[in-house]
Amino acid sequence: MKTYLLPSFKITIILIVILAGLYPLLIAGIGKFTPGHGDGETVTYKGRVVGYANIGQKFTKDNYFWSRPSAANYQADAGAGSNKGPLNPDYLKDVSARIDTFLKHNPDVTRDEIPAELVTASGSGLDPDLSPAGAKIQVPRIAKVRDIPAAQLYKIINDNTERPVLGLFGPPTVNVLKMNVALDELKK
Amino acid sequence: MNTEIIGVIFMYLATIALAIPLGRYIAKVFKGEKTLLNFMAPLEKFIFKVSGIDTHREMNWKQHLKALLTINFIWLFYAFFCLLFQGHLPLNPDNNPNQTPDLAFNTALSFITNTNLQDYSGESGATYFTQHFVFMFLHFVSAATGLAAMMVVFKAMKEKTTEKLGNFWDFFLKSITRVLLPISFVVAVILAFNGTPTSYKGKDTVIGLQGDTVHVSRGPAAAMIAIKQVGTNGGGWFGTNSAHPFENPNYLTNMVETISIDLIPIALVFALGFYLNKKKLSWVIYGVMTVGFLIMLIPSITAEMGGNPAIAHMGISQPGGSMEGKEVRFGPAASAFWGITTTVTSNGSVNAMHDSMMPISGLAQMFDMMINAFYGGIGVGFLNFYIFIIIAVFISGLMVGRTPEFMGRKIEAREMKIASLIALLHPFIILVGTSLASYVLVHFPNANWSTKPSAWLNNPTFHGFTEMLYQYASSAANNGSGYAGLTANNIFWNVTTGMVIFLGRFLPIIGPVAIAGILASKKAVPESAGTLKTDTATFGIMVFAVIFIVAALSFFPALTLGPIAEHFSIK
Repeated sequence: MKTYLLPSFKITIILIVILAGLYPLLIAGIGKFTPGHGDGETVTYKGRVVGYANIGQKFTKDNYFWSRPSAANYQADAGAGSNKGPLNPDYLKDVSARIDTFLKHNPDVTRDEIPAELVTASGSGLDPDLSPAGAKIQVPRIAKVRDIPAAQLYKIINDNTERPVLGLFGPPTVNVLKMNVALDELKK
Repeated sequence: MNTEIIGVIFMYLATIALAIPLGRYIAKVFKGEKTLLNFMAPLEKFIFKVSGIDTHREMNWKQHLKALLTINFIWLFYAFFCLLFQGHLPLNPDNNPNQTPDLAFNTALSFITNTNLQDYSGESGATYFTQHFVFMFLHFVSAATGLAAMMVVFKAMKEKTTEKLGNFWDFFLKSITRVLLPISFVVAVILAFNGTPTSYKGKDTVIGLQGDTVHVSRGPAAAMIAIKQVGTNGGGWFGTNSAHPFENPNYLTNMVETISIDLIPIALVFALGFYLNKKKLSWVIYGVMTVGFLIMLIPSITAEMGGNPAIAHMGISQPGGSMEGKEVRFGPAASAFWGITTTVTSNGSVNAMHDSMMPISGLAQMFDMMINAFYGGIGVGFLNFYIFIIIAVFISGLMVGRTPEFMGRKIEAREMKIASLIALLHPFIILVGTSLASYVLVHFPNANWSTKPSAWLNNPTFHGFTEMLYQYASSAANNGSGYAGLTANNIFWNVTTGMVIFLGRFLPIIGPVAIAGILASKKAVPESAGTLKTDTATFGIMVFAVIFIVAALSFFPALTLGPIAEHFSIK
């Protein structure tokens, strides 16, 4: 074993310096030139940082686009999914309650129109997005509460929709925080 | 066609398109031919010189294993002690605490073995120091260990009767400098430009638009996320792994990360063909693996895109499929694709919570890990497959009444004993672990432990059983993904899965290297009309049958109690 012990020690130390020291420092250096300068991209409203573009926030007030349910209550230092199995009876009760709540706040909507993402929790507990359908279904409620024409809301959704990569790959999404900032900016 | 399906098909085709040239490149690197990255040579020379290593001294298979095991034990102690005292070490802006001894034991074993079962969450259970100097370092070197072990077997297949099988340090270091580090660098830069944090700043506190105060965990994550994908590691920066919107910000990064999962495992299959100059053999192996992969993939995608029938009963139409535990930006198809890719390759990262997926997906994911040889982890995937080849050669030999030979070497009792032991070890440790946990849960539900066994499971009945079976399958396969509902950070789970991880890593490396070494030292038998051809479709079917029968016979009863029963209880 002795023949291998010393080289093992030495090569371990050199590789720790290169792989754990220099390599991430190089990436951190390159990260300075990215949109968020490596700190994460923020969203501002009236000059104040109101959140991170990629990190979902809790929105439950009727005058905002709601975000998805979250098993972590959108705590961005302890993200988590529900990890409930698809047939777990307690879980199905939660879903059923969410459907009832959604219908109560959105009386113009019928059950079968509710997109599944609005009554299920995401994997990270920090999902920043909705599908365009998930946003559009909330338009009548927000239009009524804010007393603005629906067309303006559809425009906000449309402006914030991220289309599939190259128009080909993946689902379209729309960022909830960005839409809600756009909503608040309408007031001015 | 649906953009989600097109996305999945594109990801797979892109992987193959990159894997073939990468395989040719890897073969060249280890044959010592000139490649694009020859500028790394001075750095390698410098490292060898300082370490006092002479790479011209070739090793036999026993010396290879001694070197491999020695350095791995050094990493084990290093990791264990860093984790025990991480709270006092530098680079801890969030003031996270030390790991408990049982957690540090599990985590250290988990990371040196390329498993990365994480019984902690990165946000609160690790520091920037341990994330980089323990986890990311081990991400590189554990993958390189697998690759180096595989190269010994490649070399043994290539050479005429010899004991000398190259130099372990040479294989090991070149795996890092020529393969893992360059690819990780590219992936890390792509991630950084798409929003994954790279700076060393700690948590940020912001007041959201609705007035809630949120603490946002960050950190220099991009560098580590790249190698955790590329090196079939899977141990992520954040607790929810690549479901976390910093760890995997959009569909483009999701494509890059998914391709990174099986890029090197598939490339290594082709590298074999280029290295031995037997391309047909590579295609046969690739074919067997891909059939296995697709058999798992298609039902899983169908199930996830079809939605949860229990939610459909409530009148929700789910045109987008089952969304519990999934992210809107990936959708069910890419989540199911990731789920299968990550379990066939022993990667173990996730972009959706497997615990909330449909029972068919759980069945497929567990079966992937129980077989653990379709593409497989870096290096070790091929080593597992090699065991099945040996068994298939032997059985075929018996069927046609000839002495079994592989690559011109006779396979005799000693090699077969090793191969059988390794093939049976995997079901043994998974099933014994699961039985033990089930026994404790049933007979001592209220044992006076920090976590009572009755509080282990997050789901009742069949799904709860699956949480335990999955945990041991994932540990034994050195996968590291989990049914995350299981409360695993306690002494029982940390210790038992730690032991399963250890056995599931080193014996399946020792076995194939020993077989290959013994075979290489035998006299070569010239090929004749009576030789069993191993690069034919017939032989491919034979290997597939061996794999399938061994796995099905071993695991079918356990799977019946878990996902199969759950599937049939869907109304």
